[in-house]
Amino acid sequence: MKKDDVPQDLSSLGKITKEVCYATDSNGKYVTELSSGWDVKITALDTAWGDIEKRIAAAKQQVIDGKASPLLFFIEYRLMDIAILAGYTGFWKWQIKRHLNPNVFKSLSDKKLQKYAEAFNIKVEDLKTMTVHED
Amino acid sequence: MKIDFEHRQAAHCESGVTSNLLWNASGGKITEPLAFGIGAGLFFAYIPLIKVNNGPAIAFRTMPGFIFNRTCKSLNIPVARKKFSSKEKAQTFLDECLDNGHAVGCQVGVYYLPYFPKEYRFHFNGHNLIVYGKEGDNYLVSDPIMENTNILDSYQLERVRFAKGALSPKGHIYYPKENKDITNEQIKQAIKSGIKKNVYNMLSIPGSFAGISGIKNTGLKIKKWRDKLGLEKAGLYLAQMVRMQEEIGTGGGGFRYIYGAFLQEADVYLPGNQLTEISSIFTKAGDMWRTAAVHAAGIYKGRIGSQEDFNTMGDYLLEIAAVEKAAFETLKKIKWQ
Repeated sequence: MKKDDVPQDLSSLGKITKEVCYATDSNGKYVTELSSGWDVKITALDTAWGDIEKRIAAAKQQVIDGKASPLLFFIEYRLMDIAILAGYTGFWKWQIKRHLNPNVFKSLSDKKLQKYAEAFNIKVEDLKTMTVHED
Repeated sequence: MKIDFEHRQAAHCESGVTSNLLWNASGGKITEPLAFGIGAGLFFAYIPLIKVNNGPAIAFRTMPGFIFNRTCKSLNIPVARKKFSSKEKAQTFLDECLDNGHAVGCQVGVYYLPYFPKEYRFHFNGHNLIVYGKEGDNYLVSDPIMENTNILDSYQLERVRFAKGALSPKGHIYYPKENKDITNEQIKQAIKSGIKKNVYNMLSIPGSFAGISGIKNTGLKIKKWRDKLGLEKAGLYLAQMVRMQEEIGTGGGGFRYIYGAFLQEADVYLPGNQLTEISSIFTKAGDMWRTAAVHAAGIYKGRIGSQEDFNTMGDYLLEIAAVEKAAFETLKKIKWQ
């Protein structure tokens, strides 16, 4: 890539930091050049987030329909899976699968709920009511 | 307390951390491209069995941790490294390092890294940054991909050092034990061994998931994605590939440009070996990866999406595989002058 061709399409990252690219100057020598983003990767990221939004919406519907506990919603909201959540909470995967059942979830102790809330970086009350605050 | 340390922005986190930690010892000679090349950083792997964000794992660089290790080993620099089961012990150890005047590398997860924009936070645990001081409860952080330094309080730092999921860092901390002088002769030898290792990784790893055969195999698979996965999922997979290839931390073109820069710098140490000419092949490969990315974007944006478009996409990878194969075979055949 030529230095003059390093793209400068402003991404959400570009507002915070520019990124270093390696490119060649007019003599073919490699130099570094800062880029504020590239349209091709902005849309790649948008595509990934579009899919995540869909998963979150589907999980939310499952919880509203009483088919899953709010854990499912927050797993998707925090881009996690059961293995990652097990890592953060210290619960076994089979325990988490059980807690995904709304009736089991309702009977969980405050201590257990607190562990989940901490893993998701939210309050216990928000966990129960499936409330999100932008952060 | 604060250690004499200068933040320098880099393209890639680990080669940036390596270069910055060795900066004083090497008198600034170990630049980012040299660290990347000596550490044999260039790679390709496609591992559909491992899922990352619901897509296949695709890598354009070697495993996290390898670059720092290999670079220090080649340059004969003793390394201290530690992982922890206890968060308290991890923090105590970090504080002791800082008290002793060591800036240290830390492996972290990016999901709870507060200075990253939300859109870029995934459960990726192979990120690296340098901690170079502490003021009260705040740690001074030099993240090589950021233009400026940042501050994390002890809870924020603990959270990213103990991020969970694949490749969880477990408080992983590392630094060069002593500031030994690095001679030009050592750098020459290290460059040769780095190239040799990278040649092996790209040409000789058995199976069809890694190196040149991995690129070829992925190209053939992509042609079948449309039928096998459906247009939407195939688009998501392509978007994932483009992100691994071009996102922040790659220097562009799936790390091929950094490798090109490495070969140019290597040529200064080892002239008469055609390294500058071979560098231009990697520049070409990087350009081809980017052309392929533009085509992929057409698919995940929904502008194109016929089977013919997927065939073209697969063919791009087959062509790249041929170009990179020739480049590495030329590197393999060098009789060092």
